[in-house]
Amino acid sequence: MTLDELKPGNSGIIKKLSIRDKLGQRLMDMGIYPGLTLNVVRNAPLEDPMEVEIDGYLISLRHDEARFIEVESR
Amino acid sequence: MSNRLLIALAGQPNCGKSTVFNALTGARQHVANYPGVTVDKMSGYYKHGDTRVDVVDLPGTYSLTFYSPEERVSRDFILNDRPDVVVNVMDASNIKRCLYLTFQVMEMENPMVLDLNMMDVANNRGVTINIEALTQILGVPVVATSMKQGRGKQALLDAIAETGRKKSAEALFNVDYGPMEAGISNICEMIRQDPGDLGAYPARWLAIKLMEGDEEIRKLIREKGARSRRILNHVQDLRNQFEVDHDQDTALAVAQARYSAADKVTAGCVTLPAERKKPMSDRIDAVVCHKYMGPMVLLAVIWLLYYLSIVQGYNLTNYTWPLLAKLRGSVAAIVPDPGFIDVPLISAFALWLIDSVNALLNYIPIFFILFGLIAIMEDSGYMPRMAFIMDRLFSRYGLHGQSTLPMVLGGIYVGGCAVPGVMSCKGIPDERSRLTTILIIPMLNCLAKVPLYVLLINIYFAAHKGLAMFFISTISFLMVLPVSKFLTTTVLKDKPTSPFVMEMPPYHLPTIRGVVGRAIERVWMFIKKITSIVVALAVVIFILLQFPGISPQRKTDFQAQRDQAITKFRSSIAQTPYAETLAGDKLMEMVLYWKSYKDKKMLTRGAEANAALNDELKKINPQFFVIARPGKDKVARKVNRSFKKLFKTRKGLLREMRKERINESFLGKMGRALEPATQFAGFNWRVNVALLSAFAAKESAVATLGALYEQDDAGGDGSLESRMAKSEDGFTPLHALALMMFMVLYPPCLATSIAVKLQSGSVKWMLFGMFYPMVLGISVATFIFTGGTLLGLSGLQAMGVFYAIALCTTIATGFIKTKPEFEDARQAIA
Repeated sequence: MTLDELKPGNSGIIKKLSIRDKLGQRLMDMGIYPGLTLNVVRNAPLEDPMEVEIDGYLISLRHDEARFIEVESR
Repeated sequence: MSNRLLIALAGQPNCGKSTVFNALTGARQHVANYPGVTVDKMSGYYKHGDTRVDVVDLPGTYSLTFYSPEERVSRDFILNDRPDVVVNVMDASNIKRCLYLTFQVMEMENPMVLDLNMMDVANNRGVTINIEALTQILGVPVVATSMKQGRGKQALLDAIAETGRKKSAEALFNVDYGPMEAGISNICEMIRQDPGDLGAYPARWLAIKLMEGDEEIRKLIREKGARSRRILNHVQDLRNQFEVDHDQDTALAVAQARYSAADKVTAGCVTLPAERKKPMSDRIDAVVCHKYMGPMVLLAVIWLLYYLSIVQGYNLTNYTWPLLAKLRGSVAAIVPDPGFIDVPLISAFALWLIDSVNALLNYIPIFFILFGLIAIMEDSGYMPRMAFIMDRLFSRYGLHGQSTLPMVLGGIYVGGCAVPGVMSCKGIPDERSRLTTILIIPMLNCLAKVPLYVLLINIYFAAHKGLAMFFISTISFLMVLPVSKFLTTTVLKDKPTSPFVMEMPPYHLPTIRGVVGRAIERVWMFIKKITSIVVALAVVIFILLQFPGISPQRKTDFQAQRDQAITKFRSSIAQTPYAETLAGDKLMEMVLYWKSYKDKKMLTRGAEANAALNDELKKINPQFFVIARPGKDKVARKVNRSFKKLFKTRKGLLREMRKERINESFLGKMGRALEPATQFAGFNWRVNVALLSAFAAKESAVATLGALYEQDDAGGDGSLESRMAKSEDGFTPLHALALMMFMVLYPPCLATSIAVKLQSGSVKWMLFGMFYPMVLGISVATFIFTGGTLLGLSGLQAMGVFYAIALCTTIATGFIKTKPEFEDARQAIA
């Protein structure tokens, strides 16, 4: 499944980033890379974007961007 | 002989880099721009022994890729300016992630010092760091500091000086890029043997960047390399082969290798606490980003921002305005005195200039509070939360979550100012959204548009004031959203966008020093950048308004009227002893004396101050004073009455002449020339002139209308409302509505246009930003006026219909789906 399908309160392990160039690089630079466990904290009041916790950091991203992150739900 | 060192501070956002910069340089700071981009270049200096150390604070970035201007200027600076030392500031509590940037800086082979900042935070969290081991593994000096408390500063200064003396990078740690290593050394070798001009650049760094697919570096190779095509083709083969073999993008593989290296480094010298507590920030976010409470907190913050800066700041101008009035007074004292009816051009010009500048300086208290509050929001970490909450709504219209603050400042309801609004667009990372936001901010309701609204509503919508005020307050927002959508899908379609992904940094308590310092610095920058240009353009408008001036024939007429009034006055006081006092030139002296008395009296409050003013004036000229303040002396009172009448006649003549000068001026002619085009919007030439003059500052619209609608024998209460209503018989509420809507969409004022140029980085966008609101404004006004006339709608009906149309358009455009971003960069999943 992809990260945008993960509901708040759930966590998953990042399997793969199926995106290159600007967005792929940006995700890597922000510390989102395969092997890490992330945890969906909440959605914004209007449902989008979402806030995830990864390695002690809080990061927000749009669902449109999260759909390129493949995760394995835990 | 004194030595010089150039150092650069590099680091990720939220690692305390600006605290380090402030601790090093103190107040000796300076802001400029990197050439070609709108990124601030912060620099400063300090003395260490007999060495002057210049410090450049590079923008905080997570990485050093070519995608964002901040990252590009950072690495270009290191690459081209070759600082003696790069100080890499790191958050000691998060070394692992900071190392990701550190490795990239190291690869540029510049002498380096690592500053492990925020040691206190790390210790509190139970993180222990073996500094010696870290120094050993990385091969660069590591200094532990807690700059907020000033701890470790001396050690850092010494390490910088020591490294700066050596002038060469030591054997630095190399990231192991695993299966790519062979290819990297291959490319390295080709670069080293290239006979072109690539020798000045670190070869391994170039090779790694080429493997990442860095466009800028490919360009560099093409420009400086002799066998560039061979190198680039080889790189392309290697990358393709890697992707086939490993089913992974090379750029992502490079990044992942850096994280693995960071893991290995920290494993040897950093111990993390066994159990991690739920961060405090998360608990705050539970409220601040909550589904229902979040928007309420946001509303409260916006209201507070508005209340403190616009309302309270405006109250503060009551205290600062007298200072500006004094400034004007001292200028007025220097320039030649005006005559009875002819004002010397130089005096008129000097006062016009000072008035233009004062109109701007008057906003300083508002800006100061505003910039202070923004600094608090930035430092506390609330800004990204605000973007988080609003992004969904704004992104539908091509704007960005971070457009919220600029729009609040610009006047999302009523009463903002476009200048700070446009200036605060800097933080929006997405170029398309940033440009859109910059271009639409001037359409919001700034404070200066309000007087015209109030004037027109009072005359033409007097029975429905509340409704009309609500209409005008909210209509601008309804215009802004569809226009944004339109701009992003047409003119700005090809502008690059950026991912939204952002860190929600931990909350911090802002420091007073940081907040006040930034507020002062930004106000100062504002004054420096805007004032000079406002002065230049004020000159142009002055010329347009003053020339060619009143015809000689009319001038003779006015002189005759003047002579008649004076003769009448003289004959009325001929029998009194005061005839002697006011003989010849002394009459003019008395006029100026009376004028200065009245000016000063306006600024004087309280009985005591009044008495002091009287004493002062008595001292200046006791004889004039008796005429000015006759007391119970019957004869003097009579003279006083006649004099006041004369003074009033003079005022009337001056007003009449000003009106005629505007009529005859270039601007007046332009207003007339435009009338055929603007008549469908319901604007006559007077309105055109008022609107043209409003370009300098929107407040001028009402002032110019005041001058144009001046009548000597105006009936009613003499207010502008009654004069305008009286002299414009044909003017209906429909006219007024069209005019108000034009004002909503009115092109940005001078100061804002300059801000647009600064923030968009080009004159082209400034001109576009001035041009499209004009077209849009005149179209909307024509639509309302002509449409309303054809349908026979009243002003109020037209208002309702237009509001409904705008609302529907806004909702409809919100539903138009644009194609999802980044789809073309999706990597095929094997």
